[in-house]
Amino acid sequence: MVGLQVNGQIREVTAAPDTPLLWVIRDDLGLYGTKFGCGAGLCGACTVHVDGAPLRSCQLRVADVEGKQIQTIEALASPTAGLHPVQRAWIAEQVPQCGYCQSGQIMSAVALLRTTPDPSDADIDTAMQGNICRCGMYGRIRKAIKRAAAESDKPAFGGF
Amino acid sequence: MNKWSRRGLLTAGVLTGGALLVGVGVGVGVRPGHRAPKLRALVASGDEILVNTWIKIAPDNIVTVIVPHTEMGQGVFTALGAMLADELDADWDRLRVETAPADAEYANYIVPRFFFAPGLAVPGLVEDSINGGFLRMAKSMKFQTTGGSMSVRGTGEHGLRIAGAATREMLMAAAASKWGVRPDELRTEKSFVFHDPSKRSEPYANFAAAAADHMPPSQPRLKTPSEYRLMGKPLQRLDIPAKVDGSAQFAIDASLPGLKYAAIKAPPVWGSRIATMDATTAKKMPGVANVLNMGDFVAVVADRYWQAKQAIDTVKLTYVETDADKVSSATIFARQRAALVKAQGGVDVEADRKLGDAAGSLATAAKQIEAEYRVPYLAHATMEPMNCTAWLHDGICEIWAGLQNPLGSRGAAADAIKIDPDSVKIHNRLLGGGFGRRARPDFTNQAARIAAAVNFPVKLIWSREEDMTHDHYRPAVTSLFKGGLDAKGNTIAWSNHYLERHDPKEAALIPYAIPNQYIGHSEVKTHVPFGAWRSVDHSHQGFFTESFIDELAHAAAQDPYRFRRALLQQSPRHLVALDTVAKMSGWGTPLPSGQGRGIAIVESFGTIVAEVALVEIEAGKARVRHVWCASDPGFAVNPNGFEAQMESGIIFGLTAALFGEISIENGAAVQSNFDDYEMLRMGDAPVIEVQIINSGAAVGGGGEPGTPPIAPAVTNAIFAITGRRLRELPIKKAGELVVA
Repeated sequence: MVGLQVNGQIREVTAAPDTPLLWVIRDDLGLYGTKFGCGAGLCGACTVHVDGAPLRSCQLRVADVEGKQIQTIEALASPTAGLHPVQRAWIAEQVPQCGYCQSGQIMSAVALLRTTPDPSDADIDTAMQGNICRCGMYGRIRKAIKRAAAESDKPAFGGF
Repeated sequence: MNKWSRRGLLTAGVLTGGALLVGVGVGVGVRPGHRAPKLRALVASGDEILVNTWIKIAPDNIVTVIVPHTEMGQGVFTALGAMLADELDADWDRLRVETAPADAEYANYIVPRFFFAPGLAVPGLVEDSINGGFLRMAKSMKFQTTGGSMSVRGTGEHGLRIAGAATREMLMAAAASKWGVRPDELRTEKSFVFHDPSKRSEPYANFAAAAADHMPPSQPRLKTPSEYRLMGKPLQRLDIPAKVDGSAQFAIDASLPGLKYAAIKAPPVWGSRIATMDATTAKKMPGVANVLNMGDFVAVVADRYWQAKQAIDTVKLTYVETDADKVSSATIFARQRAALVKAQGGVDVEADRKLGDAAGSLATAAKQIEAEYRVPYLAHATMEPMNCTAWLHDGICEIWAGLQNPLGSRGAAADAIKIDPDSVKIHNRLLGGGFGRRARPDFTNQAARIAAAVNFPVKLIWSREEDMTHDHYRPAVTSLFKGGLDAKGNTIAWSNHYLERHDPKEAALIPYAIPNQYIGHSEVKTHVPFGAWRSVDHSHQGFFTESFIDELAHAAAQDPYRFRRALLQQSPRHLVALDTVAKMSGWGTPLPSGQGRGIAIVESFGTIVAEVALVEIEAGKARVRHVWCASDPGFAVNPNGFEAQMESGIIFGLTAALFGEISIENGAAVQSNFDDYEMLRMGDAPVIEVQIINSGAAVGGGGEPGTPPIAPAVTNAIFAITGRRLRELPIKKAGELVVA
């Protein structure tokens, strides 16, 4: 039995300790927004936040993240404030095509903006380099990140 | 336009059947054998009124469009929904789109009609019969395909717009009858019928049942572009909100009580089989329920996916030897080379086009150039690996999958487990990428066979390695060109013999006015499975032909843009696209050392796309900084969505041009994941600018035409910078690039 803190809740799972976090999130916790893409940490589709850092959940053993704060795409929107600014920017720029990589893209973008609220193009290149979009929406992802960053400059914004 | 007469149709035996296009009266008095009750059972629920095959109207005046295509990010639900809603004058904010069920009643007859009989104009009275004939054909072919960039230009233009307009006329007829007024006094707006003289208005829902009893007009009046309210406007895609919060349902997200998971391993050499299996270790591993030797693959079924995956990795397999065990990329290209040599003697050759005397004019040309081009196999590498959930229970096989031809996959699954196709129920979900790959039934067949061997639902998930090494590949192709210039530098001869023709058949043809042309092909069979890969033959023919025309331009010492321009004087749409992209890109203006521009133009799937790539050589490598794209689809239904398709097609083609190669060794694919089959990533992605040209020509496709011009635009730019002509892809194989 492994105890996990996922999206602010304590969850106990029976998966073997060496099971990748990805499969526990999906098949034990039923959080299907986090996607399997390559199983080798090469594509970024499985990106989640572990203590705020964007990590590839296919490369983390569930035992290694016990006691850490895990956040998935499902917890980005708030029940009161609605969609996260990055999610809103993703809609405004009409980013997704097939959409399969987008949970991972958004999790990487949110983590970037938390540490770098006004990212340069080079910052975006570095932070997003691990996330493949096979539909090739990189230009729109870049625009959406900049849009979300600009929105965060507004006084009413509560921060990422 | 082909001319058809009623007599000709009778002779051809196609004049049968009844009103099939916009369907069927679904009210009282339906005769036995009529399609209506079956359609209703398939798609209508509760008190929804199925007005015809494609449209449901609910009592709350929600209009639902049934789209016989698959959403894989190309925006088909939005574009086709808008086409129907515009003609219907439906309220866009109260419109829903559903994917059609995988059932023969929803076989996609418009696409084959458009494919086999493009531009076919028939008299109104036989329109329905023609469509009836194509529906029968589509049913027999189990054809329900999303591909060929056909959805908007085929189904939308020739199906759903007509369905929308016809339904509007049926609703107005019902309203006129109820109100006792003339139909021409009525108008429609946002799912309401208005009679202004009497200040009456009622929602469509009030007339839906009565309208369903009217015989649909097969050739209703369609709107002219000035009347469009939705088409041509930038619409927000309907499928996007669920794709930003993790709630979008892909096949891999299927969840069922009692679900177990399967991991598989198939022989690395396509067509081989399992010779021996030692699963001693796997069978003892935790959670493992079954180890199944299916002959052509082995499956481990376990309580959890990770258990199945770990267990399959311990299974020891040997494979049946095949003739292909020693085949490699080198032997395949050597065979192609031999076939090209043979073709020079005119043996086993099929001509695509013969114009004038290519061989004779080459022999007398003042300048002759010759070049051989080749491209490697390519995998689709959709982000969502192949997967399928199947459950055989109570004589029914339920399948959850993402499919580009759900009806075809249903039939194949039924064959695979020997049950009636009507006993297979497909739940088609959003596709995590298609690009042609998900038109194949291999993975659904596997899942159905596993499900038939157990008594619980099973989710089969391919590893990325399985996905990349058991794809259906864009073929490796070689092409030999010869071109001739006269003493004044005019192009007088074009000869191109290539191998492996698939689709579209015209992909190797060129738009250039060259008086003597030979374009032909011959076949070299390999054991590597063929698959349609975004733009299919255009993906390599675009590279070949637009590279060689560039070679001719340089041989004639002319600017590549102006050289093309001079040969396109009879092609006004090409000229506009070419001029537009030249202007957008600042063609001809000076660039710093180490930078260069390349241009290319390809018509595919009815859309003309011209692209200019700005390339910079940095540390011996080509960096594509900027791409300009001028695209003429005739008319872009959803401009934002169309631009996104151009951007996507460019990145897809650029990824392949820079990095893409599946090489073959010992009969099998070498590359297996994104470390050795590289993808373009954020830091390498150029800025892309798209300009749409709504020329008013017949509507063309969107999903694929952005792809073919990008590879030659880039290699032509590399030539401009380095003086080195790259005749083989991917570009990374060229090694270090040096600025001239």
